[in-house]
Amino acid sequence: MSETTGLAEPNTQADAPDFSGWTCPAPLRDQPRVVMGHGGGGALSSELVQHIFAPAFGGDLLAGLADSAALTLGGTRLAFSTDSFVVRPLFFPGGSIGDLAVNGTVNDLAMSGARAAYLSCGFILEEGVEVPLVSRVAEALGAAARAAGVEVATGDTKVVEAGRGDGIYLNTAGIGLIPEGVDIRPQRAVPGDVVIVSGAIGVHGVAVMSVRDGLEFGVEVESDCAALGGLVEAMLAVTPDLHVLRDPTRGGLAAALNEIAVAATVGVVLREKAVPVPPPVANACAVLGLDPMYVANEGKLVAFVPRAHADAVLAAMREHPLGAEAAIIGECVETHPGMVVARTGLGGTRVVDLPVGEQLPRIC
Amino acid sequence: MKYIDEFQDPELARKLVEDIHATVTRPWALMEVCGGQTHSIIRHGIDQLLPDEVELIHGPGCPVCVTPLEVIDKALEIASRPEVIFCSYGDMLRVPGTGRDLFQVRGEGGDVRVVYSPLDALRIAQQNPGREVVFFGIGFETTAPPNAMTVHQARKLGIRNFSMLVSHVRVPPAIEAIMQSESCRVQGFLAAGHVCSVMGTGEYPALAERFRVPIVVTGFEPLDVLEGVRRTVRQLERGEHTVENAYARVVPPEGNPAAKAMLADIFEVTDRAWRGIGVIPDSGWRLAARHREFDAEHRFSVADIDTREPEACRAGEVLQGLLKPHECEAFGTACTPRTPLGATMVSSEGACAAYYLYRRLETSGTGAKQPAQATAPAAVNAPRTPDGTSTAPASAPLEGSPVV
Repeated sequence: MSETTGLAEPNTQADAPDFSGWTCPAPLRDQPRVVMGHGGGGALSSELVQHIFAPAFGGDLLAGLADSAALTLGGTRLAFSTDSFVVRPLFFPGGSIGDLAVNGTVNDLAMSGARAAYLSCGFILEEGVEVPLVSRVAEALGAAARAAGVEVATGDTKVVEAGRGDGIYLNTAGIGLIPEGVDIRPQRAVPGDVVIVSGAIGVHGVAVMSVRDGLEFGVEVESDCAALGGLVEAMLAVTPDLHVLRDPTRGGLAAALNEIAVAATVGVVLREKAVPVPPPVANACAVLGLDPMYVANEGKLVAFVPRAHADAVLAAMREHPLGAEAAIIGECVETHPGMVVARTGLGGTRVVDLPVGEQLPRIC
Repeated sequence: MKYIDEFQDPELARKLVEDIHATVTRPWALMEVCGGQTHSIIRHGIDQLLPDEVELIHGPGCPVCVTPLEVIDKALEIASRPEVIFCSYGDMLRVPGTGRDLFQVRGEGGDVRVVYSPLDALRIAQQNPGREVVFFGIGFETTAPPNAMTVHQARKLGIRNFSMLVSHVRVPPAIEAIMQSESCRVQGFLAAGHVCSVMGTGEYPALAERFRVPIVVTGFEPLDVLEGVRRTVRQLERGEHTVENAYARVVPPEGNPAAKAMLADIFEVTDRAWRGIGVIPDSGWRLAARHREFDAEHRFSVADIDTREPEACRAGEVLQGLLKPHECEAFGTACTPRTPLGATMVSSEGACAAYYLYRRLETSGTGAKQPAQATAPAAVNAPRTPDGTSTAPASAPLEGSPVV
């Protein structure tokens, strides 16, 4: 059975495990405890949502599996999103956990075309963490909110005993208005759509890894952490008919494209050479045995745009500072639904699969 | 990246491919020995560019795939102990032992850390004098020297809370075992360049002569692999069987004498079981008796652990070319890259994982060629790929996508 098409094949073996009802052959009963991969943005994360959270919570809103929920409240269309932040270290080249907490949620809202209006902010502090450090994070968060044009309207603080946290965890939730005539969600991708990425991939992940304890290496990149609301507005000014926007954070570009391919039951074909990977990211990934396609971004988006509007949208993106290096990287196709395939630089093809959990450095 | 981009040039690749097409007149089965080469072949779609007459068989060179189940179980047992900090290269964490993997041990509270160097593990031992730090020393001739150096350093620095769980394997005995198999179809070898950068090329002329097969020392970038194929096919077409070095920018004929001396000092040759294959004589290294104090098997009394493969997993037959991955009952259902029953479905170089991707691509109508299957001995051997080096944070698992 394909892992990503969600199409269960009949199991004809009498003594085989019963996978009926599962959308993939990886039952969580084989994972009696949570492993890091459940938070990696890959297949394990999806399974947790699909098989644990969505059935438990009920309702249809989780089923869309978009970065944010599109709600109608009192006749008004709202985007609503929440995200938690457990990054280590708290400060890294080009940003901090405070920047991520704002931009992550603002961007999740932007991926449905909404301009973030209000945020909530929850601090979970570990006993013993230095107050000046909390202050630095709060200052960074406030500055990022002002830069993004969003107001922190409510918040909460909790403290856990020493040893039961990792210094500072944050959670933010946000709401924003979805403009009239805008319907952006993963299910809207259709064959013929052009796939555009707003700039170089893998930058945030490499920047953070470069200062991880035990892995420190010199690299000439800073996190691309940024709020994308303005870029999305510039794109919507060209056409409100953007089909899909995705913020390729955990799991990187590969995870985002796979999620879209599955949600819309379409195939995606990438031209590998067209995907912008800056040399420092390529070099770091080569040394670490990682694939840039799977490395996190915090200031990039990937868009599925009707072919008729693609050139104009691309031009508008390139006019914006956060889209100056935007590039068309591929297209949406009817073949291999649910799968992402890359045309390699040599003319071959390879499947760009959904990461299972954490990307692991290869021995070879 | 300088010295990398040049070896991924599409135009030069096209010329090499054209040359191979022009040279080949009949079917040939070549084995790329190293998993790094397999990875490159899949990553760049190289096999799809070759003539149908050229079959690439994925050979015995993935340390993840061939590390025996009982060694994984020993690792799980040791890593579960509260006093232990267990350090490993990243891609070993998902290899299934009996019923679980190192990730699950970590989920159960075990202190399992991904490192990029055994010296990182030694540093962790220095920083944690009250804990026992164990490094999982697996791999082929490429990962063995830094591991040997680490034991040497541990002794020199008097670090007593460090030990190593060793399961090293050697390429030439595996090639010999493959060629001795009656079911072997391999007609030429792309030898593992990084292994040869350590060991040199001296072990290969006798093999080439004895089994009358060309052996071409080959690198890992696309042009390296294509050049290795080109030279091997050229020899086969001419009826030759010599050792050629197509990776001379990295491999001197004598290899790395200092590394070889270190290996000889720290390790001793031993028979080694290869997962799914069986025991290949003299195909492994273990810590020499004089360094037993650093041997985790003895320190933690796990030498008696003796486990068998799950019956549902037929990776051994796959590795021996007796079964195609999709012919296994568990393929794609109980056994997927997410829930691997065997190591061949774990490693990105594993035959089952590669086949899984290709079959998905093929059934979707894109028509990619299926990867060739290792065709090797029925009784012993024909595993998968070795080599390389690893990495990562001492105190945090390396995640391709850092937590955000």
